[in-house]
Amino acid sequence: MPILAELQRRFGDAIVETHQQHGDVTAVVARDALLTVLAHCRDDAALAFDVLMDLTAVDYLKFPGREDGPRFEVVYHLYSIARNHRLRLKVRLDEDDARVPSAVALWPIANWLEREAWDMFGVRFEGHPDPRRLLMYEEFVGHPLRKDYPISRRQPLIGPAS
Amino acid sequence: MAETTRREFMLGEGSGTGSGPQNVHVGIGPAHPAMHGIIRIATELDGEVIVGADVEIGYLHRAFEKDCEQGGWNNAIPYTDRLNYVSPLINNFGYASAVEKLLGIDITERCKYIRVIMSEISRICDHLTCVGASSMELGAFTVFLYMIKAREFLWELVEDVTGARLTISYGRVGGVKADLPAGFGDKVVRAFKETREVLDEVHRLLTGNRIFMDRMVGTGALSREETIGYAITGPLLRAVGVPYDVRRAQPYYVYDRLQFEIPTQPEGDNYARYLVRMAEMEQSMRIVEQALAAIPAGPVNVDFAGRPIDPASYVDQGKQGKTEGLLLVPLTLSPNLEGQQRAALRRVNVADKRVVLPPKENAYGSIEGLMNHFMLIMEGYGIQPPPGEAYFAVEGANGELGFYVVSDGSDRPYRVRCRPPCLPPVAALHRMIEGEMVADLIPTFGSVNMIGGELDR
Repeated sequence: MPILAELQRRFGDAIVETHQQHGDVTAVVARDALLTVLAHCRDDAALAFDVLMDLTAVDYLKFPGREDGPRFEVVYHLYSIARNHRLRLKVRLDEDDARVPSAVALWPIANWLEREAWDMFGVRFEGHPDPRRLLMYEEFVGHPLRKDYPISRRQPLIGPAS
Repeated sequence: MAETTRREFMLGEGSGTGSGPQNVHVGIGPAHPAMHGIIRIATELDGEVIVGADVEIGYLHRAFEKDCEQGGWNNAIPYTDRLNYVSPLINNFGYASAVEKLLGIDITERCKYIRVIMSEISRICDHLTCVGASSMELGAFTVFLYMIKAREFLWELVEDVTGARLTISYGRVGGVKADLPAGFGDKVVRAFKETREVLDEVHRLLTGNRIFMDRMVGTGALSREETIGYAITGPLLRAVGVPYDVRRAQPYYVYDRLQFEIPTQPEGDNYARYLVRMAEMEQSMRIVEQALAAIPAGPVNVDFAGRPIDPASYVDQGKQGKTEGLLLVPLTLSPNLEGQQRAALRRVNVADKRVVLPPKENAYGSIEGLMNHFMLIMEGYGIQPPPGEAYFAVEGANGELGFYVVSDGSDRPYRVRCRPPCLPPVAALHRMIEGEMVADLIPTFGSVNMIGGELDR
């Protein structure tokens, strides 16, 4: 796994964990080093991950064996057009400290993807220029994709004042 | 501040809010005849020029990702129909393939070809709708009618195979719902002949048409760097000259065995996107024709001497315990609506009892088949991929359609994330329309091909 070996060699302890499930190259990164790693992945000539294909989060609150561990994972899927390879980077976050630095300065698409992740999971992206909800409305209470948000919960309809 | 009078506002008199140059805020949408879905663009206009735009989405949010977590792995298939509802087959297959990747299973040869054929037919439908609708908004209503006519021929093919036109639910983890119907190849030949005639006609009507070119050339352009920065894929990326296509870059199914080209254009404007889409439809037809020629037949359904009986009377006899010997009798089940014959099912589905429902003869006719059926249907059982995560991307009509699935080892998805291919271009829409006239918004929005179902999920 040359990509992972290269990341581990360069960043050492900042790469918390790596695996290659089903051929997907994955590295778990420490939060403090996230922006450095992302920037390196984008700018390094051998990696050249120029596309932030996807950014999302997963709530591990009810995952067997991980109930006590860090609750959230923010997942970055990178793709390189020139090198035609992919990389998945993940950051683990505790519930009471669900903050990651924003990647908007690196990729403009991170703006909307981070807004969606904030909207759906309540993960804060520090330094985001426009931290509004993306899919839900501003009056919505809570973050619907969290595992402790029941699917049957209804919130009052809002609309223009009649 | 004092109330601005109408006269002050319009003519810029006095010292109130209206004095001096004043930008006007105009909200376009959520419901607007030239919006292909429900979306709101809050624009700031200086005269007729858009100086600022804020795109607001989410009006069609139906909690797709949350809903997927509620049922079994196959229960999410109907929800994926409703992502990109103009080419739902591609969504079905993308999701099914992500789960197959998680399970580590390889689908049958014939199924791979079927998925390729149906994906490409869907792609043509999607492009026909996109080009047709956006030319209609530019006044070319004839083109819209012609293209919808062609789409109708293709939808008839889809209907023949899946039993439905739009909410097709045809993909299954481990295979597809049913084999291709008899005579499908001939129908494809006829439908493609009509489609090619329509495309030819549209080319003569639009490509080079003065009115159309005036609206399309140079409008809505985005630079190569920004297109990549916004993670835009599909026709919009190929319209800035980047030949990225998941089918070629990271081939899945049998795309590496088929000959096709990836059309690109250098300009990145609306006209380039139109040309790319028009060229892609021809390439998709090429792919389908090659796939139909190469599709392996698999075992042939043997005709026994016994009388064929319909499913209802088969079930009746089963209830009376008279099933002995019936297993040898070929059932006449409609492959689309009732279920599948054994031979057809084995052609298109993996032989994996953990994943694929047994043929209906077995489910109705033998206790093992019935148990197998229940083990997949009952709550708490069903498909149970090992704990882990997988990302699988297919080339949707709008670009890379990715599914990121996480399993905790249970019979329900722990997390299903859809990477919607039309979210990035909509996120970049304000960059395409700022600095241009309000009227240019219409062709630009058309060429983005926003599909609300997939954008808002």
